Amino acid sequence: MDFALTDEQRLLRETVREFARTEVAPVAAELDRTKSFPYDLVAKLGELGLMGIPYPEEYGGGGADTLSYVLAVEELARVDSSLAITVAAHTSLGTQPIYLWGTDEQKEEWLPDLCSGRRLAAFGLTEPEAGSDAGATRTTARLEDGEWVINGAKQFITNAGTRISGCVTITAVTGGSGPDREISNIIVPNGTPGYEPGEPYRKMGWHASDTRPLTFTDCRVPESNLLGRRGEGFKQFLHVLDGGRIGVSAMAVGLAQGALDEALAYAKERQAFGGPISRFQAIQMKIADISAQLEAARLLTYRAALEKDSGKPFTLTAAQAKLITGRLAVRACEEAVQIHGGYGYIEEYPVCRFYRDAKILTIGEGTDEVQQMVIARCLGM
Amino acid sequence: MKICCLVKEVPDAAVQKRIDPNTMRLDRSGEKNLNPFDTHALEAAMQIRESGVVQVDEIVAVTMGPESAVRALHKAVALGADRSVHLTDPALEGSDVNATGYALAKVLESEQPDLVLLGQQSDDGECYTIGAVVADHLQVPSLTQVIKIDVAEGKLTCERQAEYGYDTVEVELPAVISVGDAINEPRYPSLKAIMGAKKKPLDTKSAADVGIDTSEVGIEGSKTRVLAINPPPAKEPGEVFEDEDTDETVNKIVAWLEERKLV
Repeated sequence: MDFALTDEQRLLRETVREFARTEVAPVAAELDRTKSFPYDLVAKLGELGLMGIPYPEEYGGGGADTLSYVLAVEELARVDSSLAITVAAHTSLGTQPIYLWGTDEQKEEWLPDLCSGRRLAAFGLTEPEAGSDAGATRTTARLEDGEWVINGAKQFITNAGTRISGCVTITAVTGGSGPDREISNIIVPNGTPGYEPGEPYRKMGWHASDTRPLTFTDCRVPESNLLGRRGEGFKQFLHVLDGGRIGVSAMAVGLAQGALDEALAYAKERQAFGGPISRFQAIQMKIADISAQLEAARLLTYRAALEKDSGKPFTLTAAQAKLITGRLAVRACEEAVQIHGGYGYIEEYPVCRFYRDAKILTIGEGTDEVQQMVIARCLGM
Repeated sequence: MKICCLVKEVPDAAVQKRIDPNTMRLDRSGEKNLNPFDTHALEAAMQIRESGVVQVDEIVAVTMGPESAVRALHKAVALGADRSVHLTDPALEGSDVNATGYALAKVLESEQPDLVLLGQQSDDGECYTIGAVVADHLQVPSLTQVIKIDVAEGKLTCERQAEYGYDTVEVELPAVISVGDAINEPRYPSLKAIMGAKKKPLDTKSAADVGIDTSEVGIEGSKTRVLAINPPPAKEPGEVFEDEDTDETVNKIVAWLEERKLV
């Protein structure tokens, strides 16, 4: 068992850590406050090759592995979850289905722009009445004169409404009814008549990331925009979500680390009762607990990434990692706020933003309860 | 033009530095990294190349250090160097600044660069002197604390950060230039460059390969000895004026400052 990172992984982690500290940390609070999408940072990440880390170089990707991608997302989330989810949703959810099931033409059309960060991709699965029960999708796509005619609505979709959003891959019912409904994935480019990204949501956190409802009204795309085989949409999105969970776990690990960094620094600096509060066991125990749990959660996340890279089934580990890390991030941010006392409740310190950013990690990309269902299923229940 | 950049592997900035009391040397067992000051030298080399004023045929990163120092070279080539040279030999272990400068000069003799660039200091030893020592061994001009380089055929015009302003100095090549961190903002290595770092040539050289006289290096060959290591003396505790009556406190502070001729 080898716990050592490769030289490339170490250097990538160090580079993203430095980038996050120097370029992201100074602007994160302001982007959050003004709910501004981080266009400049995405462009810089694109220049560094970090918008397509795990995809092959022939498509403009980084040619690196999933663990490298995890390390990068982790370091970004350590200072700014909004930027981290922008990268993670683009890479794991937006680009991945096109890479996995796209035809050569589809890959050539989209991947170079997506991997370079010139365009962003989104994944449209969730609907007003199909969240955890994603198979209950109501959006329909009917084939008519060589075109898919799409009608329906999606919600909570990341990266679909920015100036640089290129396309969304949506799940839609393409035939059948009831339990025999056929679900397929279809690529819808931004700007297609009938496809309207709505107004951004007013969210609890992730304020600088782009999240919107989408509506499709007689939206027509060519038949060739079908992604993969017709009727395989359900299987495909389950697979995409498995991979996405590794990315979200990396975000949770990074956020928990960021909370720990802030709590530790503050505890050493904050004076009370004649010395730094880090002298007190009550504070020490909180920090020690988070530190220990964080290291365990990190290893589980890395293992999920390694399983994916080695071609093994990783559904179970990814769900376990997502369950453990999301809860940990919420807990770590709560304790970090607690250690900051009143200062933790105002926006002057990053832990306030971290706390708001944490909660979604037990909900998005499959709720904790869905992870528990997945885990139970993997255990034969 | 051929540029050699001297680089060093140092303990990561985040690591708490400590001296090993047994060896009297820095404990280098923790996370290590490329000396951040040297990234400015690499960036300066890249900017000379990209300026197009002279043709830079090759940028070579050179280090002396144990096996792990290869990682610093990988980063150096990820930042733009075309290839790297790793001088490593048990005989070099424990070399002081002069012995290290001599050893590096021997590598440079075999490389014959037109220009040698390095960071003004290492993040661990912080001697600030290695560039001058290397230049002395090579018998070429040396400048320190350089924050601007204008390159022309066969010479450089450099701006040095001096104690009371800036010196503008013209220097003939070959020369050894140590750069200050104000000279540039080093770029980040791209993922592509990181993934390609191991594909760039890396030559590993022993002391014998570059003609180093081993009696001049290592602990025995070094002219300095560390006899004792002491922490800096503890600072005297400051004087605290409790603010009971602000007018009186202000008077006290002003009197304190006047007494020391600070106002």
